[in-house]
Formats: sequence, C-alpha cells, structure tokens
Amino acid sequence: MAQQEKDPAEGGQTDRSLTMSRAMVEAIAHEMRADDDVFYMGEDVADYGGIFDSTEGLLEEFGRDRVMDVPISETAYIGAAVGAAQAGMRPIAELMFVDFFGVGMDQIYNQMAKNTYMSGGSVSVPMVLTAAVGGTYNDAAQHSQTLYGTFAHLPGMKVVVPSTAYDAKGLMHNAVRDDDPVVYLFHKRLMGIGWLPAPDGPKTPVPEDDYTIPFGSADVKREGADVTVVTLGLHVHRALEAADDLADDGIDVEVVDLRTLVPLDADTVRDSVAKTGRLVVVDEDYRSFGVTGEIVARVAEDGLADLEAVERVAVPDVPLPYARPMENEVIPDAEDITGAIRAAHGDE
Amino acid sequence: MYEAMVTARHYEERLQEEYLEGKQPAFDISAGPIPGELHLAAGQEAAGAGVCQRLRDDDTVTAPHRPHHVAIAKGVDLKRMTAEIFGRETGLSKGKGGHMHLFDPDVNFACSGIIAEGCPPAVGAGLAAKKRNTDSVAVAFLGEGAIDQGAFLESLNLAAVQDLPVVFVVEDNDWAISMPKERVTDVENGAQRADGFDLPGARVDADDAVAVYEAAREVIGRARDRNGPSLLEVQVHRRMGHFMGDPEAYRSDEDKTAAEGRDSIDRLEADLRAHGVDNETIAGLRSSARERVEEAIEWAKEQPEPEPADAHEDVFTNPPSGVTDSEPTAAELGGDD
Repeated sequence: MAQQEKDPAEGGQTDRSLTMSRAMVEAIAHEMRADDDVFYMGEDVADYGGIFDSTEGLLEEFGRDRVMDVPISETAYIGAAVGAAQAGMRPIAELMFVDFFGVGMDQIYNQMAKNTYMSGGSVSVPMVLTAAVGGTYNDAAQHSQTLYGTFAHLPGMKVVVPSTAYDAKGLMHNAVRDDDPVVYLFHKRLMGIGWLPAPDGPKTPVPEDDYTIPFGSADVKREGADVTVVTLGLHVHRALEAADDLADDGIDVEVVDLRTLVPLDADTVRDSVAKTGRLVVVDEDYRSFGVTGEIVARVAEDGLADLEAVERVAVPDVPLPYARPMENEVIPDAEDITGAIRAAHGDE
Repeated sequence: MYEAMVTARHYEERLQEEYLEGKQPAFDISAGPIPGELHLAAGQEAAGAGVCQRLRDDDTVTAPHRPHHVAIAKGVDLKRMTAEIFGRETGLSKGKGGHMHLFDPDVNFACSGIIAEGCPPAVGAGLAAKKRNTDSVAVAFLGEGAIDQGAFLESLNLAAVQDLPVVFVVEDNDWAISMPKERVTDVENGAQRADGFDLPGARVDADDAVAVYEAAREVIGRARDRNGPSLLEVQVHRRMGHFMGDPEAYRSDEDKTAAEGRDSIDRLEADLRAHGVDNETIAGLRSSARERVEEAIEWAKEQPEPEPADAHEDVFTNPPSGVTDSEPTAAELGGDD
C-alpha cells in the first residue's frame, strides 16, 4: 500500500478548503469509484446523507445498492459488514453515535476484531466502522461519549481519530485500503455541519487528488520547547487555543495530535517529551484506564528520565451530564488545558 | 384521556417555541434555553393516552427517546419533567438526564435514548411483579423502527417463555428517522412479530384513542390476570421531523400533509361531541391543560441551574468514598402537588 504523505502546501490544489465531512466523503467517493467492492451501509446514510453529513451526496452518485440504508439493527448490519469483508468486499459500516456501540458490540469486538487472529491469519476483515463521538451540545450520557479508549483497548482494531479535513481525507483513504478492520471516529463538533458549528481549525486546505496518511504517524500541529500537549480529535483545537493564550506569557507549547491510537506513534510523543520534559495529555474520554494513562505509561516506560512533570486532563469518570453548567464542568475546555500546562510548567 | 392528549400536544407546542429560542438565524443545536436534541411526539398522543389510561402508579412504563406524551399520560410530575428538559437543578434527574432520560420512580416511569432498549427493563419489571406475586404490569413503548432490534425480539421471547405480565406497545408512525417503514421491514403489521413467539398480537389501525383504550383493556387485563405478555401496535403519525432541526428533505410534502390530516385529537373530540359532551366542557379541558402546561414551564424556567460541581454526584448510590447524598423529596423540590 502506498503510504506517502503529501505536504498540503504542495500540489498546487491546496487553496481549496473543505469541511471535515466533505473531506471524508471525498475520500469515500474516490474509493468507491476505484473499487466496486467498496460500499457504505448504516442508518440514515442514503436519503439523509448521514445525520452528521458523513455520506452527503453519495446516494446520488452511487445509488442504493452501494449506499445502503439499513434497519435499526446494529448487530445485524455491523455483523453483515464483517461477513461481507471476510467474503472479500470492503464495506464501510456507520454506527451513528458511538454510544450505540453496545447494541452491536459483540459483532465488533468478538468478530470484526478477532477473526483474523482466531483464524491464525487465514481470514482478513477489511472493513471500516465509522462512528460519531463527542459532547459539547448537551445531549446527555447516551449521545455524548468519546470512547477512544474502549476501542483502542480491545485488540484487533485499528483506531483512527482525525482532527482536520486534511487528516480526515488522508486517513480515510488509508482506512478503506487497509486489509484490517479500522474504527474511524469522527468528532461531531469538527464536521462542519450547520447545526453544530465547528471551531475554525478543522476546515483546512485539502488536495483534490487522493493521498494517504500512514497510520501510526502522529502530527506535531504546533512546535514548542517548553511543554508537550498530547491530544486528539476536538481537543487538538482546544489545545492549540490554550497554546496561543500561553504564548503571550512566554510559555512555548508543543501540540502533538496522535491521529491514530492503534497503531500509536509513541516515538513522536517521546521525542517531544525528550525536548520539553513536561507532558500534558488531554482527552475527551473518561480519565481512568484510557488514553491519558496509556500515553503517560508509554513515556514513563522508555523516557522516565526525561519526565519532569505530568498532567492529565480528561472527563472525570462521570457519565456526561445534560445541563450546560455540568457538561461544561466535565468536558475539558481551553481554560482547563491552560491550567494544566501552567501546572506542568511549574507556574503558581 | 382527552385531557392527557391535549396536555401533551400543547406541552410540545410550547417546548418547540422554547427550544427554537436562541437557535436563530442559523440553527445551532447547542444554543438557547433547551439545548441538545428534542424529539417531539405530536401525532402520537393516542397511543400513550389510550394505554396509560388503563395503568396504575405501581405499573411500570418504559418509553423511548420520544417520551413526553407517554410520560404525561402516565402521570409523571410535569413540573419536574419540564425543569429537567430545561436542565434545572430541581428537574427529575437534577439536570443530568434531559428529555430522553426521564425517570420518575413515583409513578414507575423511565425512558432511554437507545432504540428498543426500554424493552428488557420492562421485562425485568414484569419479572419482579411475578416473583413478588403482585398484580402490577409493565408496558414497554417503542417505535415501529425498533421492531427489528434484537433487544425487542429477545424481550418478546423472554417475556413469553417466562409468562410475564408485560405489554409491548409499538407506536407505528411510519418513519425511522429518514427511513420509511416499507424500506426497513417486510412486515406491514408489526403485531405479527408476536406470532413468532406464540403470544397475542393486535393492531389498532387508525389514530383512534378510544380503540386503543379498548384494545388496552384486553392486553393489560391479560397481563394483570397473569395470562402472559402481548403486543399491541398502534398506527400513529409523525407531524414533526425526527428531531427538532430535521430538515425532512427525505419526506414528501404529500406524506407530511397526509399525516397532519389524521389527527387523533380531532378524532377523539368528534367522538366526545357525538357522545354529547358539549363545547364548554371541551373548551374547559383544553384551557385547564394549557394552564397546567404554562404553570409547569414558568415554574421550570424559574428554577436554578445546577452547580457545575453537581456533575460529580450520583455516579453511584453508594459512593466508594463513603460520602452519601441526601436525596430531597419531590415535595421539597416543589414539583406537582
């Protein structure tokens, strides 16, 4: 598989900016044109175009056979994607909200993720499972989770979390072409949909041609010398906002966007911490047994001597509350990240 | 029954107004006094009212993500439900649940935002009634889009083999978000799902609250008499989008107009008049429903927002730290009398 990453500044087509959802759809459409075995199925993905615009326009080009609305039955259609993938096709199945994973989780973690291993490598499951993650709009505990850690914890799935349109497209090309099951988690707040306004960051220049971003390649979204912030998804943008604020105070923050959790690019994280000595990990998932703990452990295992300070910023192990003051309390914002960076930096 | 229906309709009209406040000109779901998703049930009142009219407070009801009309018919505390939807401290869930996650243990009402997921807990309530040898029953409400879910089919089977006092009520509004019924199931009559589990299935074809009430006598009576579970499907209609802000681009104008043309409230009103109920009585019921709704909304809006730190409470009933919360009673919180 070609895994060459193009610099978005090269290629002469980069003055075209897309929302993250348009970039994802562009990659999917490209892959569907290139390979008849690629198809998309999920709830409200055809006529509606995806509740989060994840399939906008695909029905018109590819028709119902390849952009399939399915009954509300996650066990059946996610399991069917596993079966179709094992039969050699390349399905993309959408789980509308990641919170609904429980309904079809057995097919996800006992079939999709394990069949390659249990078959001794004789079976492959080249499918993509997409799902929306994230809160910030007061939809309460069954529609707001960011379950990065759940999928990354269970072996056998590659886990992708884009934060910009450029990354979303390159990672989607890679996901569809990958011979393994890929869980592609997009944050609702980054998609650029009308009813859930995105911050400025995720809409980026995106080349029209296809390109891939290798899995396991974290991206330094901002270079800095004093403190390393490791994060992903929406919180890349909140960390960048915090970094901008702190630059005025002379604190030089480096922001590392993991982009994929499985595989995890621990080298980029370690290199950054070797430079700054101070680590802040920011995650919208629950604090315990999750991404923040994993990143700190990886750095401690191989670079303990570099580590002068560690801070974690995450949802404090409570289900997401509905009311605005409480949701704001538990989902980290730029101010929370600023505070953690200051603490790691040794400020009062 | 009529009162519950007009209360529900007016309640949702007022919620719609409140919900849209602050979301203009560009619809921003997270703005305004009621954020998050809001699923309204205008057009489905007959199912909730007709069934719940047969229920007692000690009977359990589980509702799906479109719960208000069922909650009102079951007697859920209207003020505290409204405070919950506005995200206030005195709401049913202290602002933690919101409109899809209403819990009122005083009348044994609960709902869930996940499709068909209210079915297994209803089976559990039926199991508890059987084990405790009471004559209470459990009713699970679900949409027709949920009848393909494993949770529903497994619940039918478990209730059947255990002979549990459970009634499954399918509200058929013809739409699962953007998917018309005929594209998600080959079964025109959802009550046929009961056949596969050897339990009775019945269907009320029109938005007819009286017919629902009559059908509910049969299925709820059967459960209460310990004769086992059954399934009742009620044809209702969806006047609104799936959620507020749904552009419904997938739906034809004809379908929408047709749905609006068959109103269960108009129908029941005509029935009442035909049975000699005068205009004054009907107007009085409507006006008292309006007053009750206004009172609930005004009360809710005056309630304080929760403190941010409250987010950390209630994860456990018995918190590992040993700290126990003291629970205020509904009366202390100032809900319905």
